[in-house]
Amino acid sequence: MFEEATDRLSEFLKGMADPAVVARLDRVDARLNEFGVDPFGFDPEVAKTAIPIILFFYRHYFRVQCFGLEHVPAGRVMLISNHSGQLPIDGMMICSALVLEAEPPRIVRSMVETWVPSLPFVSHLFARWGQIVGTRENCLRLLEADQPILAFPEGVRGINKTFGERYQLQEFGLGFMRLALQARAPIVPVAVVGAEEQTVSVHNARGLARVLGLPNLPITPLTPLVGPLALFPLPTRYRLYFGKPLVFEGNPDDEDSVIAEKVKRVRQTIGRMLHDGLRARKHVFW
Amino acid sequence: MAPKRSESPAPVVITGIAGNLGRALTRRLHVRFPIIGIDRRPFEGKPKDVEHHRIDVRRRKAEDIFRANRVGALVHLGLVHRPSRSGRAHRDQNVVGTMKLLEYCARYGVRKVVLLSSAYAYGAQPTNPNFLTEDAPLGGDLGSPEMRALIEWDMHAQSFFWKHPRIETVILRPVHVVGRSVRNAPSNYLRLTHPPTLLGFDPMIQLLHEEDLLQAIGLALEPGRRGVFNVVGPGELPLSRVLRELGRTPVPIPHFLAAPVLRQMWRLGLSDFYPGDLPHLRYACMVDGRRAREELGFRPEHTLRETIRAIL
Repeated sequence: MFEEATDRLSEFLKGMADPAVVARLDRVDARLNEFGVDPFGFDPEVAKTAIPIILFFYRHYFRVQCFGLEHVPAGRVMLISNHSGQLPIDGMMICSALVLEAEPPRIVRSMVETWVPSLPFVSHLFARWGQIVGTRENCLRLLEADQPILAFPEGVRGINKTFGERYQLQEFGLGFMRLALQARAPIVPVAVVGAEEQTVSVHNARGLARVLGLPNLPITPLTPLVGPLALFPLPTRYRLYFGKPLVFEGNPDDEDSVIAEKVKRVRQTIGRMLHDGLRARKHVFW
Repeated sequence: MAPKRSESPAPVVITGIAGNLGRALTRRLHVRFPIIGIDRRPFEGKPKDVEHHRIDVRRRKAEDIFRANRVGALVHLGLVHRPSRSGRAHRDQNVVGTMKLLEYCARYGVRKVVLLSSAYAYGAQPTNPNFLTEDAPLGGDLGSPEMRALIEWDMHAQSFFWKHPRIETVILRPVHVVGRSVRNAPSNYLRLTHPPTLLGFDPMIQLLHEEDLLQAIGLALEPGRRGVFNVVGPGELPLSRVLRELGRTPVPIPHFLAAPVLRQMWRLGLSDFYPGDLPHLRYACMVDGRRAREELGFRPEHTLRETIRAIL
């Protein structure tokens, strides 16, 4: 009964999907087995059910504009982006951009937090859409298979920023650089303008979050009225800037200080792209 | 002394020979090697040229077999993941018995030891990379006595590998083995008409056809092969797709209810689903089979669909 209901729902959603987008998803290069699933759990048929929702957010809600998609090289590549907005919608939009607008369409694998697999529903839906738990081994394996990777080196420090800290890049982790060096993967810096204003978080109740067993607990002015619904994003306009690929060379096992120098270059590039993007935009909402 | 085709090869001792896997392995190997079986159970349908001893491996008589024959290799199948309510004594026997066997091998110059462990030992955890390699820590849930015994067993096998560099020790860690005659926990689970699943969770799983496992054991017996090897079947699939292919109707249970409910049902004998296996319904425990592919030359012969349907 349960299965029947989910089947009917997924048929309905697939029926609603834009056929042009369905065709693009069919062109994605993935190593599917006889059941149409790739070794990491990506299943294009399940991914298609998300198209109507993704398209609504991408085209009508956030009205995403992409710049410099042609900079994303074929083969292995690491997309490194700023992270914000309390909910990882910035990742969703970057992934959507590469399916909807890149030529050929590609499935970007985002490195998700290790607690995501313990969330019901989210865990397997993320996997079917091609998202991966962000472990070193997974990242290397995908790069070696010439897949594009998306990572947010700011991690939770970035996504849980309060509204006052918007567009202030937090400290970057070093792990991504070691992986890029080891896999000899070019890094494409990505600046997301718009996501940082989607939620007006005024405080992060870390202590209470720990008591409740949550990773974080952002508070917005609406939280007392509508609870978790206050995290629903505002319809800001998203602008995605893809920069020219940066290629680094060196020993992946170098001292932190050596790696940090290279990371600094990526961080500065993204900072500059954010700055330019902010100057170019006229308004947060359009 | 590697067994050569011209002279008669040294005999192979198989422990746990009377089980389904042991019998199938014997049918495959007895044309290549003289086979000596050790198992307390009777060996039904034993080929004429196979010698079978119905004894406990911890007895003096088991040691006599190693002393009297110039045993070339030991294949130890004594470990199958099939938890039972009265399993305590059985588990302890297993670890002690294996240590005894390894002692005999070292004492009487056995050149090859093949030990059948399991990829279960890695444990299903949210932090697992999608494909665990052989050097990943054995992170199985130590709160489960079955798992603790398996991990202890595998660690004994590893320390034997390091302590006796002259003996070619092969530890095989296959993923869930399935087959018509297989009666391990994952096969029994997949045979349920209404298997319990966890609401909102659908981990990727790997299955291995029983005959492909036999092929891997055969390859491990080749001279020169040593080390720890994950043995992986033809592919990966979400649990739900496997159940659908088998025509099952899963019963999704919210995960916070599942543990207490299934534990009580198990204790009262109402369900044969071992609660210690619950993490495998929630998180993936998949392994990388690259080493077995490259160093053993292992290629599963059965397709993914054939492997799944081997349950039926």
